[in-house]
Amino acid sequence: MSWSELASQLFQTVLAIAGAPLLLGWVNQCRAWLQNRSGPGVLQPYRLLIKLLQKDAVLAQNASWLFRVAPYVVFACMVLAVSIVPLVATDLPFALAADVIALVGLLALARVFMALAAMDVGTAFGSLGARREMLIACLAEPALLMVFFTPALISQSTELTVIVDQLAHRELRLYPSMAFAAVAFVMVLLAENARIPVDNPATHLELTMVHEAMLLEYSARHLALMEWAHALKLMTYAAIGIALFAPWGIAEAGVWSMVPLAVAVLAAKLALAGAGLALLETLSAKMRIFRAPEFLGMAFMLAVLGMLTRILVQT
Amino acid sequence: MSVAAADVINLLASLLLLIAFAMLAQRRLLRLIHLFALQGFVLALNTAVVAATIGQAHLYFSAVLTLVLKVILLPWILHRLIDRLHVRWDVETQVNLSTIQLVGIVLVIIAFNLASPISQLAGTVTRGTLGIAMASVLLSFLMMITRRKAIPQVIGFLSMENGLFFAATSATYGMPMVVELGIALDVLVGVFIFGIFFFQIRETFDSLDIHHLERLKDK
Amino acid sequence: MIELLLVLGCPLAGALVLAFCGHRPAAFGLNMIASLATFLAAAVLTVRVIAGGPLVVLHELFFVDAFNVFLVALTAFVAFTTAVFSRVYMRVEQDRGKLSVGRLRLYHSMYQMFTFTMLVALLTNNVGILWVAMEAATLTTVLLVSLYRTPASIEAAWKYFILCGVGIALALFGTILLYLAAERVLGAGGTALLWTHLDAVKGELEPTVLAIAFVFLLVGYGTKVGLVPLHNWLPDAHAEGPTPISAVLSGLLLNVALYAVVRNKVLADGALGTHIAGHLMMGFGLLSVVVAAFFLSRQKDIKRLFAYSSIEHMGIIAFAFGMGGPVATFAGLLHMTAHSLTKSAIFFAVGHAAQKTGTQVIADIRGLIRTSPTVGWGLMLGSIAILGLPPFGVFASEFLILTTAMREHPWATPFLLTALGVAFAAVFSKVQGMVFGETTAQRLPLAPALFPVFIHLALVLVLGVYIPPYLAQWYRQAAAMIG
Repeated sequence: MSWSELASQLFQTVLAIAGAPLLLGWVNQCRAWLQNRSGPGVLQPYRLLIKLLQKDAVLAQNASWLFRVAPYVVFACMVLAVSIVPLVATDLPFALAADVIALVGLLALARVFMALAAMDVGTAFGSLGARREMLIACLAEPALLMVFFTPALISQSTELTVIVDQLAHRELRLYPSMAFAAVAFVMVLLAENARIPVDNPATHLELTMVHEAMLLEYSARHLALMEWAHALKLMTYAAIGIALFAPWGIAEAGVWSMVPLAVAVLAAKLALAGAGLALLETLSAKMRIFRAPEFLGMAFMLAVLGMLTRILVQT
Repeated sequence: MSVAAADVINLLASLLLLIAFAMLAQRRLLRLIHLFALQGFVLALNTAVVAATIGQAHLYFSAVLTLVLKVILLPWILHRLIDRLHVRWDVETQVNLSTIQLVGIVLVIIAFNLASPISQLAGTVTRGTLGIAMASVLLSFLMMITRRKAIPQVIGFLSMENGLFFAATSATYGMPMVVELGIALDVLVGVFIFGIFFFQIRETFDSLDIHHLERLKDK
Repeated sequence: MIELLLVLGCPLAGALVLAFCGHRPAAFGLNMIASLATFLAAAVLTVRVIAGGPLVVLHELFFVDAFNVFLVALTAFVAFTTAVFSRVYMRVEQDRGKLSVGRLRLYHSMYQMFTFTMLVALLTNNVGILWVAMEAATLTTVLLVSLYRTPASIEAAWKYFILCGVGIALALFGTILLYLAAERVLGAGGTALLWTHLDAVKGELEPTVLAIAFVFLLVGYGTKVGLVPLHNWLPDAHAEGPTPISAVLSGLLLNVALYAVVRNKVLADGALGTHIAGHLMMGFGLLSVVVAAFFLSRQKDIKRLFAYSSIEHMGIIAFAFGMGGPVATFAGLLHMTAHSLTKSAIFFAVGHAAQKTGTQVIADIRGLIRTSPTVGWGLMLGSIAILGLPPFGVFASEFLILTTAMREHPWATPFLLTALGVAFAAVFSKVQGMVFGETTAQRLPLAPALFPVFIHLALVLVLGVYIPPYLAQWYRQAAAMIG
């Protein structure tokens, strides 16, 4: 591993960790504008994190080691996940350790810890949130894997950096299979990141919560880490989406001169993606929890359809 | 044939398959008719692109015929029907959507496998899309069997005919004009007769639920 | 050429005229006259073709050879006699208030239109137009099946429409595949769908495509023939529609659909070289005979009984055509004629019997011989004829089919014999109960039209006893064409 590669990896990881709350703030701000409110400003998540870090953590009396360790594990998993996805360059030594399938596994690890910790304290809402989260995950994970298989088939590899290299440098063509996979990916993104129409991130009614219900018992630094991890997860998914379906502008390995351009292009793409997400959320209504399997079933079908189209029609 | 044209044709074919799946899962009657009109439009566009690529003039006529019949005339008739039957905002309950979609995927695989020996023999540039045509025929057939109300069954029947038309275009650059005109006439008359039927069914059973029409047995 | 135009023009003109004045008292007679004109034109056409050989007319649009001209003559004849029957029958129905003005106009014009579409299907040279005409034949009769607007008839018509529609769509796919194979040999354009050209090059057509195409065509058109397991629409449609429609559906439409299958089988046989097409037809035919025979004993409605009998006989004919060879094909053609005439005669008698007793339930029809010996004897003789008793024509054709089967496919004979025996027992016992015993029938205000019944039965008797040489020659020519 050369210094250049290490520097590239470090740069991308730090950029992601620092920029994730900004992405979340941007999405919330866009939602506010679309709903004709003035909104809290794009830096609000940072203010939240600073406020939380200054407070004293309060733990339930029957909380075990799992409850205290979980935020750190989750945050670590998310940092690892985001450092595998090519953001500005395909020069990522960490990526050799994990391909897309392992990425899905990392996300699953984080989710399992979150769910177990939520059930650890024994509150009703914690178990509620944990069960719902696992239901959605059960259905979203196969869909996500199927979505990954289509670009993997096109580029003949499951490593994200190789996929991005292949896709970014192909001639500009229409790939219907990728179109199917893209729609399926957006649906999975909405489900996994607790956005409308699957889950309302701004709700305060516990019975309608899925993701928020698991965070009810956390406070101070633990809550800060969980919130940051949530933002990182959104960043990861957005980065995966951009890398798979709109990879132009990502710098090639070792070409440092392209990196500033790549950062600018990334910022523009994330801004666009965030605005698009806010638009989708504004246009949809949250659906009832028993409809979530249908929604994810549709995503799975679309992803399989994309894969079939690729295999059988070669397009 | 240029790569761009092949891409556009493949894209339109995939869109057709997507529409067939969407019709399978769609519960609202109005949106079903819109999807059917969209399917007709994609079909007409596809025929026009093929006509432009290989330069056969009769395919332009075919595209215009499809446009007039399946995008304008038939959806208009269906709109009038659902207005007069007062079922415009009908939402049909549908059980087992996931199972139906899984069966749909299996049918798509079967169709592709069935079509591959035939498409290798076809002499057209669009032969790769024969599998998609067969798949959309089978999906429309699945839609017909799994529906409870009369009008979605009929729309499934019409979309099966769309799939067959697409198969004809992709395998043989369309049938001879006289046959296509005959088929178009048959479809039009068929829809009229279906319309008359809906009123008869409604008059007799006070509902368009197909389960009322399953009483005749060897009694 | 002029006769062909008359054959097609008379029913079309009749349909147009009757669309406007079909409710007047004169309409019944007008319907009959239009059918008579069609029959006369068909007779002249037949004489011309038998004397002069096959005709290809009008820029190769129409093709008349021994096979379809005999079917054209049969169709025109049965359409005429059914129109004679319908003249009385429908008048009684109208007097009983079952038909309104609009429905009568629809009935008369669609009757002629139906004849027109069947004749187009028989005479066309273009396989695509054959498909269009078959679909049009379905469309014309759908509204007629639901003419009485009872819940049962609407259900029957809906099933008929949907099932036959799906079947026809499959047949369209088969036609597309046939066109695909033909295009490679004959080039693009209209000539690739012309049967005469296809027949000339059938050895060069791609075998795999033709095999798949024939399967789709068999399943598609086979739905309209009523082959099991695609027969679900048939008993309902034949039972719930007005009797003249049951007669033409049973007697004529099933024949035309089988004609479409056989024309395509000729092409498939030429292309494939093996007997797959024939074996498929034999399989479906045998299945139909056995299943229909076992269903016969369960029937409680007289028209459903004879509808299942139609399925059984179409199965026998399909089996015969599947076996192939001069004797079996000859027998198949003979059976087509005899079944058509006998089944329509039976439906005429059944129609009047149902009108006299006011019901279609077998248990409620009793003692027809007492009030109306002609209807009773018509039904009795018709049933005996259709069950294959000598000296009627059906016996002769079934005998030939069975002997050929014993010689070439002995494994099938036990099934055939058992099925025929079961059918005999079932139908005979029910008919005996209906014809003899204490009567529940009443007199009709009009004299029943039994002239057609006895003409048909007389013809079938003649066919059974002595086939005129020109007719035998005619069948042999057709059989040679089919191969």
